[in-house]
Amino acid sequence: MRVLVLLVLLVSSPAIAQQPAPDQSQQPKQTDEFVPISQLPAQDQLPAAPLLVTAYAFVWVVLFAYVVSVGRRLTKVQHEVERLESDIAKRT
Amino acid sequence: MPKWFVPLAAATALMFAASPFLIANAPYEATMGLVQKIFYYHLPSAWVFLLSAIVCGIASARFLFGGSPRQDRLAYAAAELTVLFGAIVLVTGPLWARKAWGVWWQWDVRLTSSLMGWMVAWAYLLVRKYGGPGSDKLAAGLALFGMANVPFVYISVNYWRTIHPATSVVPTLPVDMGVALWFAVACFLLLFVLLLRLRVYLEEQRARLDALYLSLDE
Repeated sequence: MRVLVLLVLLVSSPAIAQQPAPDQSQQPKQTDEFVPISQLPAQDQLPAAPLLVTAYAFVWVVLFAYVVSVGRRLTKVQHEVERLESDIAKRT
Repeated sequence: MPKWFVPLAAATALMFAASPFLIANAPYEATMGLVQKIFYYHLPSAWVFLLSAIVCGIASARFLFGGSPRQDRLAYAAAELTVLFGAIVLVTGPLWARKAWGVWWQWDVRLTSSLMGWMVAWAYLLVRKYGGPGSDKLAAGLALFGMANVPFVYISVNYWRTIHPATSVVPTLPVDMGVALWFAVACFLLLFVLLLRLRVYLEEQRARLDALYLSLDE
């Protein structure tokens, strides 16, 4: 089996060697130095809009949720007050 | 509820709806650009956060030394609002910082003291909820510490070296930025008054409920 694999490799190696080399112009250039710049290119900068939208959305959602929460607590207590008041009225 | 509550609530809602238009029309800041517009909700919520800590502290002091349940209810309501507006400050601030400073959080004196004030308000609420009998006075003591922290938070940016903008930014704002800011400040102050009144009303109803249960037992 090993002999067979070796034979296949030996026979096919000239064909592999004749394959055209990959186009050098399409590959990224190898980095041979780091060049500092004072400012990031625009496409690499952290976008501000998602942060701004998140901040404002958070404020609105939290305030709305708090108002709903107080409203629900108040409704619950008021229903209980009404129930107790009617109970007391029935007793007297 | 008082008669002024509903008209004031409607006016505040309209003002809040209008505030994004004013903020959008305000000019961009030269170095921070778009993200600086978080400032128009961040700063008013920070002021209301500090104001509610002061209200909570004063009402707690009056409750401790005068024993008035009305002051206790006011302190409880203000503590909850301190947590609410503190959460807004502590979330919008890092969102702004991520872009402006490159980090979400910096352990500098302004941010750390604000976080401490927020945690004291949380401690107040937790003591009130789980502290059992006498927790109202224990929590009132905590509120005094929360109030004592307020001037420290405010002046910290002027006395210590910090990355946070100084308090001198506000008086030097150009008119276009100032209009948007002061409009947002008015919105948040009105909202604070409304929420405080609503929250105190809830405590009044709870006190009424307790009184009814007592009368039912007798």
